[in-house]
Amino acid sequence: MWEQIQANRRRSAGLIIGMVMILLVLGYVGGELLAPGVGIIGVAVALVIWGIQMAVYASSPQSLLLQGAFAREIHKDDSPQLFNVVEEMVLASGLGFMPKIYLVEDPAPNAFAVGRKPENSGVIVTSGLLHRLNRDELQGVIAHEIGHLKNRDVQFVTLAAVMLGSVVILSEIIWRSLRLGGRGRNRSSSRGGGQAQLILLVIALLLVVTGPLLARLLYFACSRKREYLADASSAQFTRYPEGLASALEKISRTPVTVGFVSKATAPMFIVNPLAAAGGAGWFSTHPPTDERVRILRAMGGASFGAYEAAFRKTHGGALIGQQSLRDCGRVYIRAASTEGPVESHADIKFISHRAMGYLRLRCNCGLEISVPEGYDQNTIRCIRCGSVLPIPTVIAPPLLPVAPPVIPTPDATPLQYKRAGKGWESFRCACGRTIQLSPNFAAPQVRCGGCQRLIGIA
Amino acid sequence: MSSLLLIVLLALAGAVVLLLLWVAGAYNGLIRLRNQVENAWSQIDVQLKRRHDLIPNLVETVKGYAAHESKTLENVIKARNMAIGAKSVGERAEAENFLTGTLKSLFAVAEAYPNLKADQNFLRLQEEVTSTENKVAYSRQFYNDSVMTFNTRRELFPTNIIANMFNFGRREFFEVKDDAQREAPQVKFS
Repeated sequence: MWEQIQANRRRSAGLIIGMVMILLVLGYVGGELLAPGVGIIGVAVALVIWGIQMAVYASSPQSLLLQGAFAREIHKDDSPQLFNVVEEMVLASGLGFMPKIYLVEDPAPNAFAVGRKPENSGVIVTSGLLHRLNRDELQGVIAHEIGHLKNRDVQFVTLAAVMLGSVVILSEIIWRSLRLGGRGRNRSSSRGGGQAQLILLVIALLLVVTGPLLARLLYFACSRKREYLADASSAQFTRYPEGLASALEKISRTPVTVGFVSKATAPMFIVNPLAAAGGAGWFSTHPPTDERVRILRAMGGASFGAYEAAFRKTHGGALIGQQSLRDCGRVYIRAASTEGPVESHADIKFISHRAMGYLRLRCNCGLEISVPEGYDQNTIRCIRCGSVLPIPTVIAPPLLPVAPPVIPTPDATPLQYKRAGKGWESFRCACGRTIQLSPNFAAPQVRCGGCQRLIGIA
Repeated sequence: MSSLLLIVLLALAGAVVLLLLWVAGAYNGLIRLRNQVENAWSQIDVQLKRRHDLIPNLVETVKGYAAHESKTLENVIKARNMAIGAKSVGERAEAENFLTGTLKSLFAVAEAYPNLKADQNFLRLQEEVTSTENKVAYSRQFYNDSVMTFNTRRELFPTNIIANMFNFGRREFFEVKDDAQREAPQVKFS
């Protein structure tokens, strides 16, 4: 499995070098074309564009991506089963670190992985995925995403996207300045050597047009290969290729598409949310889903070797490196588990409301009310029965005549919250921030995430 | 003449340097794989210990609803203590299998108590125990995958030369004799 990463690195290096070559040649030709003798300046411009793109991506693409998707980090208490599925796959893959888990409230089932470094890597799942898939299917999808993390695909996709972007921008610049400066230069070249100039122009134009195309082809071919490799990893980790196969079918057959996707983020999803069913060709980030399903179903075992055999039969050509194939032995497919969906529809709504900082309270008439953070009244009226409910909040503890020995806290005013029951509870801190208590919460104090104050729990 | 000699010497030196680089690379690769095997082994231990830690809580919860199933509960506790006290690897594997069996019958017994099955705490513990069993299985799977890679590497030419030179011993697989045997509880409950 280690070899898999090394082979990927070598291939990525090859791709990046190829793209750099395209970029530099494009820069040189573009410079020569605009004004003979300044090819070097063109190269410099190309490098500057690349540097700027690189800096923009390196600063904070991930947090932007997560914000754009309205992804909320969730914790183990929110969905223990989802966390256990991820933990199991982290162990099976030997990943060595636990990625963060984010939930996006979106009816379209999909998932993706982010993070160029272990400490900020994460797996994002949509609420649609959680309640549509059973445990085996969810495990297959999570294992696919863990496979991406293990193979360092996020790093690669980011870097390749930066290169591709630079090539596209550069060719655009050359194209536009040619059209703008074309008239002026024609006058000067009409004096002599017009034919040689013309030939050079044609070659250069060809390069300007084919450069981005070539870069794109390289990029998409590699991206598709990564998807196959992550599928192979998923089968190897779960020992159950049918889980992922049936999940892929369910995902691609759902008519709703993910709402927060753009062209830039599309390659990171488990199934390309933008591609129409079956419309996968040379310029697509993902292989056709039905082909991925066919390969997974044709596997005679669960190892990389079995995937390679099925891949050659269905798709043709080789996929996995020799070293990795030699290292894997015969691996049997396990039996299916009997567990149903991981979370129900209603539960997911609670989870994401909690993650978004909603305060939840139950009216006497049975209606569950969600109060957003920032609601500044102390009471709220139930929309069903009309009764006025107090917003649960902190209180200053009453001063008892015989006070029990209290641990002195650095806070000026010690605050307290009185628990109503044993389940999930939320209340408002004095600073306005919502604090959620899980059923497992057992500590005598909780720290507010807003004002950092310690609040006693009674 | 002397320049030819120089070229030959340089070429030899170059070949030696390349050879040394390859030896270093192969050696480091083997070390990395061996560390991975050892890491994977310790992960199995971590998960087994987690399972032992969950059991007292589980037994307490079940006791609250199904106190007269004391025989089953005692068996679970006994199996847990046996697993903690086990010394040799074989003894330990047997004790862990026994524990898996007793836990299975505990969850089977719980089916008869609707109140227990509705208890949030019990449901949480059941999920944790079941998932921990999965985690034991997946850590073992990764351990075996790592051993497979390591053993193949140390036997294949040319890395086997390095492996023999530096005494990289063969690693054993962690086998559960038979899945059917693992499923079946090895004790009879009256």
